[in-house]
Amino acid sequence: MTSGRARLLRDMVRIRVVEETLADYYRDEQQMRTPTHFSIGQEATAVGVCAATTTRDWVYTAHRSHAPYLAKGGNLKAMVAELYGKQAGCAHGRGGSIHLVDREVGFAGSAAILGEMIPVAVGTAWAFARSGEPRAAITFFGDGATEEGVFAESLNLAAVRRAPVVFVCENNLYSISSSIGARQPAGSTIRDRAEAAGVTAVQVDGNDVFAVHDAARLALRHCREGRGPYLLELATYRWREHVGPGFDHGHDHGYRPVEETEGWMARCPILRATETLREQDPDIDRTVAEWRVRFDDEIQSAVAYAKEQPFPDIEALLDGVYQPVPR
Amino acid sequence: MRTLTYWQAISEATVQCMEADESIFIAGEGVDDVKGTFGTTKEAFARFGASRVIDVPNSENATAGFAVGAAAGGLRPLLVHTRADFMFLALDPLVNLAAKWRYMYGGDKGGVPVVTRGVVGRGWGQGATHSQSPHATFAHYAGLYVAAPASPADAKGLLVQALTGDTPVVLVENRNLYPLTGEVPAEAIGIPFGVGRIARRGDDVTVVATSLMVHEAERAAGQLAERGISAEVIDVRSLRPLDERIICESVARTGRLVVADTSWARYGFTAEVAAVVAEHIPDALTAPVRRLALPDCPAPVSWPLEEAFHPGAGSIVEACLQLCGQAPVDLPALADVAAGFQGPY
Ligand SMILES: Cc1ncc(C[n+]2csc(CCOP(=O)(O)OP(=O)(O)O)c2C)c(N)n1
Repeated sequence: MTSGRARLLRDMVRIRVVEETLADYYRDEQQMRTPTHFSIGQEATAVGVCAATTTRDWVYTAHRSHAPYLAKGGNLKAMVAELYGKQAGCAHGRGGSIHLVDREVGFAGSAAILGEMIPVAVGTAWAFARSGEPRAAITFFGDGATEEGVFAESLNLAAVRRAPVVFVCENNLYSISSSIGARQPAGSTIRDRAEAAGVTAVQVDGNDVFAVHDAARLALRHCREGRGPYLLELATYRWREHVGPGFDHGHDHGYRPVEETEGWMARCPILRATETLREQDPDIDRTVAEWRVRFDDEIQSAVAYAKEQPFPDIEALLDGVYQPVPR
Repeated sequence: MRTLTYWQAISEATVQCMEADESIFIAGEGVDDVKGTFGTTKEAFARFGASRVIDVPNSENATAGFAVGAAAGGLRPLLVHTRADFMFLALDPLVNLAAKWRYMYGGDKGGVPVVTRGVVGRGWGQGATHSQSPHATFAHYAGLYVAAPASPADAKGLLVQALTGDTPVVLVENRNLYPLTGEVPAEAIGIPFGVGRIARRGDDVTVVATSLMVHEAERAAGQLAERGISAEVIDVRSLRPLDERIICESVARTGRLVVADTSWARYGFTAEVAAVVAEHIPDALTAPVRRLALPDCPAPVSWPLEEAFHPGAGSIVEACLQLCGQAPVDLPALADVAAGFQGPY
């Protein structure tokens, strides 16, 4: 059971199990002292896109970073240790949830400021193109980030320079608690804005991992062939609150109706992929159940590992501002 | 040694570094045009062409982020802003990313050596936005180096250091210095950041200055000598790191401190130097610190207002005389360094 399609499902299950477990620990123990933005419900975008990359392609993201980090193959233990603020963390406890990095696999960084990594990916893509290698840079961001001026600047710059960059907009309809209807004109799309700037762009169902993956492969091929930047607008939905472990749909939060959230939860990307695969593999549900057990073990031991690890040495507070951390 | 102008020194440093290191590229609005950023990017464009001297859209924010990404991808960007005010639009990538990159990604993943040149300075009624020098703004943030070369030799040496080091750097160039000539070594030798220079020796009062004010201070020292006062002029060269030692050693000897800057006093370079002295050698001062900075208003355009706005050698002379217990005197007026500026831009 290792077909490419099953692997996409498996990677989504892993991210789901990891994030759900982390959310529980986060809420119950309050030992992860870093604002976490979970992607539960949005796994198909991260997995579908990252599975189309190689470790030579670099991914940058905004704050909602765990899923793309894991989808890109980022080290789980190092991520969890980072959330716990430990020296063994992927950024030695200096970065936290919003500054994940794993250069080995091409996860080049995530950042807290909306839109900030969008031009960074354009610059990296340009550097790749200059070296003549068929590599691409990918940048994940939300619909909210597209309202930042730097998004428009970056589309233009990328188009003018024909940078091999894939802009990946995870359009989950909300920026914290503001719906897209309150922020962007009715009838307008992010894809249209990209196209107007001369960037090839498509809209895809972001809860259909296979559709996302196919679109991402096309986008990456387009980049590798030197045909310039590409934008994927992926429609999806986050299940949890904007930041933190809880569910926040319902009366006390008031910004999105329960029915809306439940409707999207019914369109769970994992359920959908499982249903699709069931046609060829009647045993898929058992396989998924096995994966859940396996990934639960994996995340439990990563959490145990992270907890055992020492905090950074206070003496080393200033290390790494100007010089590398001494090893 | 041969003599070059300040702008020629910058151009030479750029070309030599680009020759030695293929990963260096220049990006900026109009860096490839006939004026070539006050002449400083002209030869680089002629030599290396449009693939390494790239004209960018009017997108300061995206361009700075682009530079961060290019640096992360192994290149060495040299960004150029013909007015440093435009750098405010690039604050996010420079301050939130470039300065913090190495630290927030764990310190051992490598930094992003983005070098940014920003042109500042008065002249022909540049006005509130075009006539300001944000060096202290950038010097506030750990992770960046900030330098303001005053001489052609330093303009070359500090740029060479910036383009060969691994720290993001902001270089602030006062446009009034471009025509200034001085001896410049032919080789591309870096001048380390954080090492100040004694521009003139003296024993009675220390004038710590940066950029254009170094020249005003040197003129002032000349006049003070006629009054029997020997002023030591210190050019800090870089604001971050700051050479605290050279400042404290001098003040410990003279007991008097005047700090002169081309920007405002509050939370600025002059405040920093005064604090360094107060922290390290509180007993050394025999008179209060005097700060010469811009009045607390944006730069006005009208000629007489603009003249009154910028402190020059005359006010340094006055402050030093006062600290040394001498009455103000009518000395012959000094030609302003900025008076050499050729308009109209
Ligand atoms: C420049 C900037 N403005 C505001 C914020 C505060 N903020 C953090 S996340 C967020 C919502 C972003 O929405 P979106 O880009 O759609 O991403 P999502 O959280 O939905 O994944 C906002 C407004 C910020 N981090 N940066």
